[in-house]
Amino acid sequence: MLNYQTPLDLAFQALADPARRSIVERLTKGPASVSELAKPLPMSLPAVMLHLKVLEESGLVKSHKVGRVRTCRIEAQPLSQAERWITERRQMWERNLDRLGAFLDDTKPEQEP
Amino acid sequence: MSQAEKSCATYEETQIMNRSVVHGSFTLTRVYDAPFARVFQAFANAEAKAKWFEGPPGWKLIKRGFDFREGGREHVSGRFDNGTVTSFDCVYHDIIENERIIYSYVMEISGRRISVSQASLQLKPEGKGTKLVLTEYGDFLDGYDDAGSREHGTGDLLDKLGKSLQA
Repeated sequence: MLNYQTPLDLAFQALADPARRSIVERLTKGPASVSELAKPLPMSLPAVMLHLKVLEESGLVKSHKVGRVRTCRIEAQPLSQAERWITERRQMWERNLDRLGAFLDDTKPEQEP
Repeated sequence: MSQAEKSCATYEETQIMNRSVVHGSFTLTRVYDAPFARVFQAFANAEAKAKWFEGPPGWKLIKRGFDFREGGREHVSGRFDNGTVTSFDCVYHDIIENERIIYSYVMEISGRRISVSQASLQLKPEGKGTKLVLTEYGDFLDGYDDAGSREHGTGDLLDKLGKSLQA
């Protein structure tokens, strides 16, 4: 019974550390690479990776690797339904703003500086 | 229990089970490698906006209406393969060319209103490009159960991944 931890317990433990809170806060603004996450933190890359491991185990953060870059993102599931709504809406706009960027690139006139 | 009490209890139960309003806000910032006039036109011109403003992968347009002026409305609805219909209804309140757009919108999923939001979009020159800041305040309604959008969200991520690999 003592070993039984709910997703919420794990999430709270994960968020008990200020460095991990700052990582989560950064990721609520959108996905980021490990080196982007490490940049503002006053610690070594391996230390950041240990924190990410705790966050991944709590289910709050998911990551995937493409080539040499590991990208982390918030996993919406353990968040409250309220936060999930907002995350989803944000994703809708992020997706559209990404597409706007691609559209602007595709339609770039030749004379534009 | 009288009939009136019964119906009252049922009403309260329904309230507890189904009615909720959650308030949320978020801000997104992007810097585009394009002058602000061109970014603004991507929001102001019907043809340009239709090129990028749409649902996630697997979503097909049903209807689009666009009247970009203060007091004007925009409508975009579409359907997923599983039959879920989404609709976006927007009213433009404040438009300053190349600088600012303030609008509010209602989102529905298969006829259920899931949110009422107000948003502001600001454009600022940044170097040769444009910084876009989008802030939204929303009322998220009635235990919206996400109607499969997590699945679509994952699809989006894969889509983004595919795009980043092409780049």
